[in-house]
Amino acid sequence: MTLLLSGEKTGTKLEEKFPGSIVESNRDSFLVKSEFLLPVATYIKNTPGLEFNYLASITAVDYDDYFEVVYHLTSLRHNHSLVMKTRFYDRDNPHLPSVVGLWRGADFQEREIYDLMGISFDGHPNMTRLFLWDSFEGHPLRRDYL
Amino acid sequence: MEVDINKVQIYSSTELNKAEAEVIESLKEHSQQIIPDPDEWLAQELKENILLTTVDYFLNWARRSSLWTVLCFPACCAMEFMSTAASRFDISRFGMEILRASPRQADLMITAGTLTWKMAPQVKRIYEQMAEPKWVIAMGACAISGGTFAQSYSVVPGYNHIIPVDVYIPGCPPRPEALLYGIKMLQDKIAKTKNIKLR
Amino acid sequence: MAIRTEPFVINMGPQHPSTHGVFRMRLTLDGEVVVNLEPVFGYLHRGIEKLTEGRTYAQIIPITDRLDYASPMSNNLAYVLAVEKLAEIPVPERAEYLRVIMVELQRIANHLLAVGSLLNDCGAYFTPFMYMWRERESIVDLFDMVCGQRLTYNYMRIGGVSHDVPERFLWALDKFIGRMAFFIDEYDELLAENEILLIRTKGVGILSKELAINSSASGPVLRASGVKWDIRKADPYSIYGRFQFDVPTGTTGDCYDRYRVRIEEMRQSLRIIKQALQQLPPGEVKSEVPPLLRPAPGEAYGHIESPKGELGFYLVSDGSIAPYRLHIRAPALINLTALRDMVIGWKVQDAVVVLGSIDICLGEVDR
Repeated sequence: MTLLLSGEKTGTKLEEKFPGSIVESNRDSFLVKSEFLLPVATYIKNTPGLEFNYLASITAVDYDDYFEVVYHLTSLRHNHSLVMKTRFYDRDNPHLPSVVGLWRGADFQEREIYDLMGISFDGHPNMTRLFLWDSFEGHPLRRDYL
Repeated sequence: MEVDINKVQIYSSTELNKAEAEVIESLKEHSQQIIPDPDEWLAQELKENILLTTVDYFLNWARRSSLWTVLCFPACCAMEFMSTAASRFDISRFGMEILRASPRQADLMITAGTLTWKMAPQVKRIYEQMAEPKWVIAMGACAISGGTFAQSYSVVPGYNHIIPVDVYIPGCPPRPEALLYGIKMLQDKIAKTKNIKLR
Repeated sequence: MAIRTEPFVINMGPQHPSTHGVFRMRLTLDGEVVVNLEPVFGYLHRGIEKLTEGRTYAQIIPITDRLDYASPMSNNLAYVLAVEKLAEIPVPERAEYLRVIMVELQRIANHLLAVGSLLNDCGAYFTPFMYMWRERESIVDLFDMVCGQRLTYNYMRIGGVSHDVPERFLWALDKFIGRMAFFIDEYDELLAENEILLIRTKGVGILSKELAINSSASGPVLRASGVKWDIRKADPYSIYGRFQFDVPTGTTGDCYDRYRVRIEEMRQSLRIIKQALQQLPPGEVKSEVPPLLRPAPGEAYGHIESPKGELGFYLVSDGSIAPYRLHIRAPALINLTALRDMVIGWKVQDAVVVLGSIDICLGEVDR
């Protein structure tokens, strides 16, 4: 049975390693500041005992004040999973660091989030629209798209 | 295998994408009205004599008994079309087992699936490449009016915005029996077409 | 004298007999060797995730049918599991067994289609496809008996299945299992040592283990590369913990291994159906759920092992009758991440075979 690691325990462990990175954590997930996203992700991928080498999915949700990006990670070796979240508060120009360098599977998913939500990912080799055509105006999955 | 890095990027994908986007936008602007159904088959009173009518009859018989379909299978109705073409609901008994990818060799387009604005210029292009006489069957709810996805931001509400449609087959997806009934309807329509026109 | 060659770009366009739908690839060729591949998506993007924001939880179930239209029962199950996880709704025993039977039958049907199309792409023009379609028609008939539809079943409900199966179904299913084992052996015998299939698929389009894990591949693509990861064993959902079955894996990760994994998975699915049929208990098939379900605010990620890979639904609820956000983790799209690496260096015809062996379904890729 895949064990969902507790957000609080992982949050405390990460707070010790990267002070100031965790905003909040609860039973299911923990919230990371966007500046610390890449160091935290590298740490949880490479540390023995955590070894989250499989990125199951990346999702973006539009809460009206902020965008939240949710990462579902799995470790095939230890059979446990983790939910990592990060937020961006500026609606006009949201951008986050890309995790393509760590997990190749993020490639098309990040392009899809850019296409449909408008969040661009810095460091992605090909940040273009995936599903819609180039001159499509707007980002359909946002709550204020009519 | 070793790959020569100089040969990899010889086109600019941004430019190609931009050109495609312009085509899509212009098609979208021009396709807001429905193209009316072709109705020349509602023949006027016969003024031709018996000999010409027999020629008409033979031409129509030859055309409707060997309709060759062009591949245009975006979505789920394609599975029901494949079932119709398979050995249980044999479409070969109507002379239609040839499914060509090339539109030059086809005279029927069965549109099996939802049409999106991104795909619309390609479908129009395939339709224009088919040689006359040609017919179109709109198969399924998505082809008739957009179906379940009619309110979506990227779906064309029906193929008749882009190309003229002859027969509409409702269903989501229509059963193979329904598709065969629709094909028979098209064959009846072809049988009544006037080909030779007298002055 | 050396010949000077220049690369050119060819468009394996949205309308193509071998692209399994409206999928487009821009291939840069040097002679016949592929040096670059750029996939272009979106020709079937229907905006399903946006449509779900205006529908109640029960009204979304028919939309999930249209996602991966080669295996709609699995999509229904994944969505319904996510909702039940979010709202903590129990499911009766008989419904669980019926769900497992339907999903495993669907897995067999999907793999028949996948193997048939792969052989079609290799050049066996329609003969294996027609043979396998015959079995698929039997499965579709069984589903027709249960829910009246041949393609978009809409059979699962939140809290169970929509109605009980008729008596004829169990009898017909019994007969079908008996026949199917013989047919899988027949296909294996005809195809496994076939020269042309071996030459076209052995050693072609190799996906290494590290790249498969890093590209988040899942399903038969991941297992053929040697990773023994099946969600039915690793994170059992529904009642999969009660059945005994093996998880076939490959060794090298080439197209032949993916083909073999699918054939073996069909055999394992038959095993599961036999066990489920023996253990099927009587009882009701749906628990009491209000028609306008209002789950507590929160989120849930429910995933299953669909025939194409890990199909997941991420649901966010804000307490109203419609979900706030629904995201679909599409296995076919993510399996295509490594397509470029699998095809570069091979010839054009190998690109077709590799794409066929990944087994995509455009309704899911483009959503």
